Amino acid sequence: MTLSKTSASETMPVGRTNTRGAECHEGPFEPGRAALMGDFVGRNKLFVLGLGLFLIILLTALFAPWLAPYDPNNIDFSVKLEGPSWAHWMGTDDLGRDILSRVMFGARTSLIIGINVIAVAMAIGIPIGLVSGYFGGRLDSILMRLTDVFLAFPPLLLPIAITAALGPSLINAMIALAISWFPWYARIMRGAVMSIRSNLYVSAARTMSISHLKILVRHILPNAWTPALVQASMDFGYTILAAASLSFIGIGAKPPAIEWGLMVSLSRSKFLDYWWTAAFPGLAIFVTVLAVNLIGDGLRDILDPKSRGQQ
Amino acid sequence: MKTYLAQRLVQMFFILLGVLTLTFLLSRVLPGSPVEMMLGHRPSVEQIEAARAELGLDKPVAVQFLVYLRDLAQGDLGTSLRTGQPVTSDLFNRFGATFELTTLALTIVIVVGIPLGVLSAVRQNTWPDHVVRTTSIAGMALPVFLIAMLMQMVFYGRLGWFPLQGRIDAEIALDFPFAQRTGFYLVDSLLAGQWEAFKSAALHLVLPVVTLAMASMAVVTRITRNTMVEVLQQDHIRTLRAYGVGSRKVYYKYALKATLIPLLTVIGLAYGYMLGGSVVVEFIFDWPGMGGYAVGGITRNDFPAVMGATLLLAVIYLSLNLVIDLLYHLVDPRLELK
Repeated sequence: MTLSKTSASETMPVGRTNTRGAECHEGPFEPGRAALMGDFVGRNKLFVLGLGLFLIILLTALFAPWLAPYDPNNIDFSVKLEGPSWAHWMGTDDLGRDILSRVMFGARTSLIIGINVIAVAMAIGIPIGLVSGYFGGRLDSILMRLTDVFLAFPPLLLPIAITAALGPSLINAMIALAISWFPWYARIMRGAVMSIRSNLYVSAARTMSISHLKILVRHILPNAWTPALVQASMDFGYTILAAASLSFIGIGAKPPAIEWGLMVSLSRSKFLDYWWTAAFPGLAIFVTVLAVNLIGDGLRDILDPKSRGQQ
Repeated sequence: MKTYLAQRLVQMFFILLGVLTLTFLLSRVLPGSPVEMMLGHRPSVEQIEAARAELGLDKPVAVQFLVYLRDLAQGDLGTSLRTGQPVTSDLFNRFGATFELTTLALTIVIVVGIPLGVLSAVRQNTWPDHVVRTTSIAGMALPVFLIAMLMQMVFYGRLGWFPLQGRIDAEIALDFPFAQRTGFYLVDSLLAGQWEAFKSAALHLVLPVVTLAMASMAVVTRITRNTMVEVLQQDHIRTLRAYGVGSRKVYYKYALKATLIPLLTVIGLAYGYMLGGSVVVEFIFDWPGMGGYAVGGITRNDFPAVMGATLLLAVIYLSLNLVIDLLYHLVDPRLELK
């Protein structure tokens, strides 16, 4: 394998090539912690950028009630549809509500959606993948064909159909997204389990007549969960996007919920004249998903060095 | 090849059966929905019973499923509660609109997205690569509906170059009528020699097509780049270089050939994205296709329409994957051995 230019720096001794002045360590083979940190940041600029953005979004979501300049639901017709100004940085919507405050509160909704969907998808997918990969055979074929069914739908279509069946609401949209996403975790987990199930420590555990359940949970799971974690970090952004799309077409979040996709959707009748009603919530979705994707990319590079320099 | 084809068809049959079971479960067995949707608020007990009998919901689930399959085999997807027409004919009328939209968008993606990915890989870690990579990372984070609204804002609102939505100007369609032969307005209007209608259809196509293309372009470019980078690192390419074979020949004759299979996968993936994305795009641009039909069905409680469209789109997607699988075998005879 040839080394690409990004990975070339990894082969150089850290201490000697360090140009970061004061942080530079004298010993060529024992770089200080700061230098190591600096090197990590230098090599993973986009990861760090994503992490930084995500931290800001997370803090905004956590402290929205204290950070938001206005009550996000406060209706004030005297300031309706005003453009961005010092009083309202992102302008106001058709009910005179402060868009900045609503965008801040919207961060809560989106993060909660992302966490819930991924958690449920993993809770369904990981056990299936574990069992499927560990026992193999007919059980494996049946379980995998079952997941194939869920993957047979074009993206976004299955969540739409499930949400339609359950009745349009934010909770149902989350359930629908989790049901549509779990097959990926089942597949990834299965692959990871299959690659380690013939390891010596697994057969050793078997000869000690440790139960299958215990082997799966105590010995296999801890050694096989990394790919699923990387997948989760990548999927987090997509679930937020998908949920926003569902809200946008009117089958996800409903007023009075504060959700970015819904905000964009509600602005549809007037965004041609009042761009800020759509632009800022849209931007919030974009930045959040971008931050999460950058983290996911970086995580994969760090946890799976084989792919380094290729992304 | 034949055994493989047989295996694949059997597999597809079972997946299709699974898909049918799933749509059946979603449309019939889940509590409430169809009856409630038919009757609206506060129906009487008799009304509910009558509706259940009419829909066949009073029969055992297994019987219902068989009836569902029998109806499907006869091409009966139920009657749309919104249009009063059979869902099958509704979908048939809308198929052309979706197909025209996705075909054109796919063409753009193949013609623009794949070369961009190759360029990015060949010029790895130079500025064109950085530009392509940054844009595609950013592009993947952009929701389709935002791209669409941005398009409408700039090209309709500010510049006034293209119409806001729809498939053709209603007046022009009346003044310059043309027969529906292929379902592609561009083709049909040309065949009829209706130049004005062609122009209107083309103008209406631009924004939705570009939106849909942009939405899957990022993924396609990214995957193309990564596969190409991988291929360029392989030993046979290094050997070719060592023998002094020119770059152009290495890239276009040898490297690209090795990326054919992943590229086929990418194209399949892109088409899947488009079928999914078309739902949102058709909704925003008021495009009279299958996706918009499904969404319109949800908000107006037209359950047969939603399930019919879902089923048809899933079948299209499945068949496409099958075709791509078969193409793999045409492109790479080594797969025969496995």
